[in-house]
This record gives sequence, structure tokens and C-alpha cells, in this order.
Amino acid sequence: MGYLLEVRNIVKRFGGLTAVKDVSLGVNAGEVVGLLGDNGAGKSTLIKVISGVYPAEEGRILFQGREVQINSPLAALAMGIETIYQDLALAENLNTPANIFLGRERLKRWLGLLPVLDNEYMQSESRKVLAKLDIEIPSLRNRIRALSGGQRQAVAICRSIYWEARFIIMDEPTAALGVAEQRKVLDTVRLLKSHGIGIIVISHQMHDVFAVADRLVIMRRGEKVAERLTRETNPDEVVGLIVGAETVV
Amino acid sequence: MQHPLGRFLARRWALLFLALELAVFSIAGRGFLSLNGIQIVLFYGTSLLLLATAETFVIVTGGIDLSVGYLMGFATIVSAKLCAALFRAGLSPALSILLATVGTLGIGLVPGLLSGLLVGRLKVPAFLATFSTGGIVYGISALLIGGVAAKEVPLLANAIGNSYLLYWAPGRGLSLFSRPEVARGVHVLEFVPSMVVLTAVFVGIGAWLLRRTRFGRHAYAIGGNLDAATRAGINPGRHLAAVYMISALFASLSGVIYMLEYVTGKADAGVSFLLDAIVAVVIGGASLYGGIGTVGGTVLGALILAVLETGLRMAGVQTFDKFIAVGLILILAVLIDRFFPELIHKED
Repeated sequence: MGYLLEVRNIVKRFGGLTAVKDVSLGVNAGEVVGLLGDNGAGKSTLIKVISGVYPAEEGRILFQGREVQINSPLAALAMGIETIYQDLALAENLNTPANIFLGRERLKRWLGLLPVLDNEYMQSESRKVLAKLDIEIPSLRNRIRALSGGQRQAVAICRSIYWEARFIIMDEPTAALGVAEQRKVLDTVRLLKSHGIGIIVISHQMHDVFAVADRLVIMRRGEKVAERLTRETNPDEVVGLIVGAETVV
Repeated sequence: MQHPLGRFLARRWALLFLALELAVFSIAGRGFLSLNGIQIVLFYGTSLLLLATAETFVIVTGGIDLSVGYLMGFATIVSAKLCAALFRAGLSPALSILLATVGTLGIGLVPGLLSGLLVGRLKVPAFLATFSTGGIVYGISALLIGGVAAKEVPLLANAIGNSYLLYWAPGRGLSLFSRPEVARGVHVLEFVPSMVVLTAVFVGIGAWLLRRTRFGRHAYAIGGNLDAATRAGINPGRHLAAVYMISALFASLSGVIYMLEYVTGKADAGVSFLLDAIVAVVIGGASLYGGIGTVGGTVLGALILAVLETGLRMAGVQTFDKFIAVGLILILAVLIDRFFPELIHKED
């Protein structure tokens, strides 16, 4: 079976610096791949290439078996590749439904004439997708600012799911969360996986990565230095690979 | 929040303040709490209301519009000159007033577009862009007027600007818009200045636009998180251009109304309203950091200031005391915003 998303021989340079050197990796549907590496290892650059933020100098991207050009974040979104950034890209002054539907608002006719926001519809749809992912938000009318870090993360995930993401990239999904919330987010990741969505998780939290990832890809100084099945490795080995204490390829 | 009433109660400190003001001035100022007193508040409040509504649109997107006062002055002159020119060219008074109004609103969009492009496309800070635009507009106003007030505006302008929605004369019953002919000394009751009605209609449209439409929702998103808005496919450059043009439209309208009321054009007609307009928006619960604020709140803020201004004047207090009061209110509002944001910012 082919990968849901595959990148081959990606190279990305910033001036004289090669941030990503000839990296290839693939993710199956319903699989979670943990992308690990120290600061500056090239993880973020690699995912920005996949999500359309940076064009790659060399290499190919295949999505659902076909070669694709991802020239902009919107092109990635249109394909169903969603990225949930650390800063979440939510409008904190708006409420949950407004964020889930941001840029794709549902409209109705006001007095049969003018198009206005259909807030009732957006609210009930939001409720449905939150229930589907088993997520509780105290009040949908609360601004995002009033929600906890985990709840914000959940809203960002719901937004992707509602718009039928097939592939989700999560950048540090559990950073800055409390213990209970970290667990909740990891549960959500497992639920997404069971829906057949392909997922890349970037995280510094070794424990979290081991808890959800099926496979680990380790990067160092822009290169992919190792790939391991999670069940066949252990945190000690992985830390060694990240810092370069062992030279195992 | 769905109930406008509920949202108002969330800002109840402002409502309470308004009630307190009304109570104080009713006792202190003779004739304040009367049909006339209230209508004077509304009449003087129209300029402020329109400029504050203009400002609300821009503040919601995280900017500020320092040109609204200059734009209002510009519009008083343009509309007066246009109206007089059309009238001289042989058009009927009504038609020349109508065309002058439409023309002024159209011309007023140009400086709005300039500010909007500077802020949206070229990423110039809003206060710089709008202050520059305001300066240019003020200069053009002075050139246009050339030291002489615009003359020969048809008398009908004055009649429209100072008309009322309803009149009641003893023995003649009610009449709409036109003052009944009565003998000298007979008192005619007047209800709701026409310009207040016109203002209310436009402010209502503004409130609807910001609250109910996709356009409004995107304005909030841009003010809340520009990155999020961009990633959601919103084009901030185009959107901001439209927002500054709407602001300019409201400012120009307030200029046209001023011209109809006073039958003259003055470059600095709106200058003294700028601070009040911004303060009204902030009192109304908007955040100067962007993303939060409603036209409903702004109306409340503008009423508080209009009552203060008129009330102090009717109580015989010097008007510079008003500036002290406005400053104190602004500090109070900002402190509440800063230390008790959940009071006003929890729900939208």
C-alpha cells in the first residue's frame, strides 16, 4: 500500500544555509509519525514545505499517490493538508463556531434578501464536530481567549476535521498544557488516527511522542538520521540519535 | 451573546453612568429633562455618533482613524460648494442638494481608499496613514474655502437640516416633515430632528454590517489575529481598504449633515470631535488593541458624551471642564478594560 503523504529528497536552502538536506519520509493513512530533533534540526522547515509556507528547492511531494505542487498554505488546505501551529492561528477575540468557520462562513438570507451569517447553523455544526471528537467546551459563545490551552488546541483540531482534513501536521501540540490536558490532546490524536487520518507530530516531549506515534523520524542538522518503529526503540536510544551521541543510520 | 440586551447589561457600568448623568443634569440643569433638552442632546450628538461609528469600524480591525474630523470638515466644504454650484447652474434646490450629497459621499471615499491602501497594502501604521491623509484633506479644505465661507447654498438646505420628523400644532394635528403654518405666537411641538433620523438609519446599517455579515466577521478576525485571518483565506489588504472607505463614508455623511444644519462649510468643523469619537468607542467597550467593539456599545458611549457636553453647557459649566471629564472617563474605561476584561470581553 502506498503512503498517504510522501516527500522525496526534499532540499530547502536559506541563502548559504541548507535547512533541509535530501529528506524523504512517508506517512500512511491512520498512522502517526513523530518528527523529532533538536532546535535547528530542520523539523519546522520541513513541515513548512509540506504545508506550503516555503517552496522546496528540490524534491517531490506525493499526496494519495499523485505528485502535487503545494505553492501556498491555501493550496495545502484545499488538498486536505492542515497544519496546527504552536500559535494555533485562531482569532482569540472570536468564539468557537466563528473560528471553526472562519473564512468559510455559512450564510443565510436576511429577510429573504441580504446574505448574513447563519450563526445558529454554525453553532450546531460546531457542537456536532466537538461531540464527534469527544471534546467539551464550557460555552460555545465564549471567546477563544477565555478557553484553556487544551481547549484551544481542541478547537484548532475541530476546525481541521470539520473541513475534512485527510492529513494533519501538529507542531508541539502538548507544549504549554497541563497534564490532564496533554492526555486529552493525545486521546484526540488517537481518535483522529482511528478515523484514518495521517498525522505528523512534532514534539520535544519524548513521553508524548512515545505515547501516540507509530513511527519516529529523527532529524539532525537538516538531515534525516534515523527512522524507528516506536515499539522497537526506547527514549534513551532516541535521545542519543537526536543529540548525535551514536552514529546509527 | 445573542440578546442585545444581555450585551448591554454586560457593559452595565456604562449604562449606569448614563443614568447617573441624566439624573445629575436633570437636577442641576434647568430644562434638561424635557422634550427640548433631549432633542438638543440628540441634535448635537449626530456628528459625534457618525464619527464614532466610523471609528468603530477601524478600531475593530486593530487600527485607528485620525482623519475622521478633517474628513468631516472637508465634506462640509465640498457639499456646500457643490450644492451652490449646482444651484447656480440652474438645478432645482432639492436636486442640487441631493446631487451634492451623493457627490460628496463619493469624493469622500477617495481619502478613505488612500488610508486603506497605506494601511492594508503597504503596512503603514494606521495612526500615521490616517494622520497624513487627514493633513492632506485639511489642506485641500483650506485651499477650497480660500478664507471665504461657502455662500449661495439654497435656503432649502437650512430647512432640511433643521426640520423635524413630526410636528404638532394645536388644532392642526400631526404633520410629517413639514412645519404647519400657524399664527405668530402659537407654539408648535416638534418631535425628533430629521437629521437624527437620518443618522440613526446609517448607524443602524453600520451596526448590521459589523454584526451580521461576513464582512463584519472578517473585520473582527483581522483585528483579532491577522495571521489567522490570512491563513483562513481572508485578503486583509482588500478588506482594510473597504473598512477605511466605510469610515470615510460615515465621516463624510456627518459633514453633509453639518452643512445642512448650519448651511456653511468649515475646514475645522469636525476637529473637536476626534478625541470624543475615539473615547466614545472605548467607553462602548471596544479594545484599542483591536478585535473587540460593537456599534451598539459605541452609540452608548456617544450618548454619554453628548449628554455630558449638553448637560454641562445647560448647567452653565465652562466647556473646558468637559475635557477633564472626558479624560477621566477614558481612564476609567481603560482601567476596567485592563483589570476586569472578563466583565466585557468574555463573550462576543
